[in-house]
Amino acid sequence: MTKKKNHILSKSIVHIIFIAASLICILPLILVIGVSFTDENSLMMSGYHFIPKVFSLDAYKYVFTGATSVIRAYAVTIFVTAAGTFLHLLFMSMLAYALTREEVTARNKISLFVYIPVLFSGGLVPYYMLMTRYLHLKNTIWVLILVQLVSATNVLIMKNFFRNIPQSLIESARIDGSGEFRTFFSIVLPLSTPSLASIGLFVAIAYWNDWMTCSLYIETPKLHTLQYLLQSLMNNIGYLQANAGASHSMEQAILTLPSEGARMATCVLAIGPIIFLYPFLQKYFAKGLTIGAVKE
Amino acid sequence: MNKRISRTGRKKNRTLTAMAFPAALLLFLFSYVPIVGLVIAFKDFRYDKGFLGSDWIGFKNFEFFFKSNDAWVVLRNTIGLNFLFIAMTLLVSVMVALIMNEVRSRNMIKIVQTIMFFPYFMSWVVVGYLLYAYLHHDYGILNQILAFFGLHSVSWYANSQYWPFILTFMFVWKNAGYYSVIYYAGIIGIDDTYYEAAALDGASRWQMVWRITLPMIKSLLIVMTILQIGRIMYSDFGLFYNLTRDQGALYATTDVLDTYIYRALRVTGDIGIGSAVGCFQAVVGFILIMGSNLIVRKIDRDSALF
Repeated sequence: MTKKKNHILSKSIVHIIFIAASLICILPLILVIGVSFTDENSLMMSGYHFIPKVFSLDAYKYVFTGATSVIRAYAVTIFVTAAGTFLHLLFMSMLAYALTREEVTARNKISLFVYIPVLFSGGLVPYYMLMTRYLHLKNTIWVLILVQLVSATNVLIMKNFFRNIPQSLIESARIDGSGEFRTFFSIVLPLSTPSLASIGLFVAIAYWNDWMTCSLYIETPKLHTLQYLLQSLMNNIGYLQANAGASHSMEQAILTLPSEGARMATCVLAIGPIIFLYPFLQKYFAKGLTIGAVKE
Repeated sequence: MNKRISRTGRKKNRTLTAMAFPAALLLFLFSYVPIVGLVIAFKDFRYDKGFLGSDWIGFKNFEFFFKSNDAWVVLRNTIGLNFLFIAMTLLVSVMVALIMNEVRSRNMIKIVQTIMFFPYFMSWVVVGYLLYAYLHHDYGILNQILAFFGLHSVSWYANSQYWPFILTFMFVWKNAGYYSVIYYAGIIGIDDTYYEAAALDGASRWQMVWRITLPMIKSLLIVMTILQIGRIMYSDFGLFYNLTRDQGALYATTDVLDTYIYRALRVTGDIGIGSAVGCFQAVVGFILIMGSNLIVRKIDRDSALF
């Protein structure tokens, strides 16, 4: 009897802990969404609230019609994310496949070549000088893509799943006269689609969330990404506040820059696609984590 | 016959090696060339003289950094905060994984994992906004709560003493879901027969956690932790830059090697100092990674990086 009572007690403790943890994870997001739908005057009067005191769509109207270039930033971000993810998967999978084939005599040397940069890197300053002074990649859309094209970790993960493809399939394709490239693109890659999708999702999120590359190398506003735009909004108002000394200058800030609500609305737009896709993609994320863990 | 096989073999070798070429070229350009570029740490770099033309000055740049007051603060913050991050994330994510293991409902685990994993996919810029909504001096939730209890409001972005806690909390908030998924995967991999035998002997759930679950995932925990300690010289730049909104008043407790290097490059323009600090970070980082990998190899050969 007591055992059963104990069981119910521990079960409800577990539930309470989980509800609390989930709330901690999700409340900040609800707060930002709430603020973005709140009337600006109500914000000034009573501060931020999880549920809008006075509901308003003005912030979103301002973002889409106002001077801010959110739509342009969306286009840049979507292009960079799509092109970057595609090229990343293409180049990394080709490399990983070559490293799994016995015929490649230099594969140990290539492996070493791939892993050394994980251990030792030149750091930000020489990298920045290379990109700007020698490769002249400043203010080009390519820099946003190039910076994240290589990942030794992903090569390692891909190697593991290419090894699991039965050799007999590759052999029989060869006997049927298929060239190496054709075997790779029409047999090896299609067989690896689920795993590639998992890795691709992580890569896509990394591209979507990248703000630093843009802040380092892009000055022309038409190439600004969504995350960088968002960060500039925060910094501009921060800059005004720092100059005026106190937060009393808020009215002045509101007159010249996007209002509080509009900034939060931009924030919601920056996470929007992830929020909508997340429930569908969640199973791939969890899978992507564990495929790397299985080693032979 | 033999000759023919070797000829096709050689051809295959060439085509397959060609497949590795684009990635190798990218690696050479973006990873190896900057390593050579580290020589500017030993030069008095001037834009007009360029990379090769600038004068050699030996370890002067390093000396400047280590004799400055910043060196101690920056190193203490980098290592101290990273230790806090690693320890608290380990504690929280292991606890979450253990609690998940007590839940029998698959649906509930799925829902909780989905929600807890969510912050991992936010960019630090977005997390900076979320935090700002709580810490804003006039409108923020925390000061509203303080006011509710009749307390004075706090200028969060001007007082550095709160920030080690705030940053640790946010790091755990963002990463605990990720690590708990990994640890939970380790826990469900444990053979059920251990638990069945323990149950027959009348062990309580609590005893099973301490005598079976934790010892069984011990090496996973150690390996994951040591790998993180190997990267203790490197900080998550986005966290430090965006959450603090780069406020100078907070540098005392939030300035780390990566933010210091960034400012040397972009704000003060001390290219030499910035690359010297970067070089120091890379060398010490290399030693730590090699050392931690050596330890990991001893514990669990398969989990080592190489």
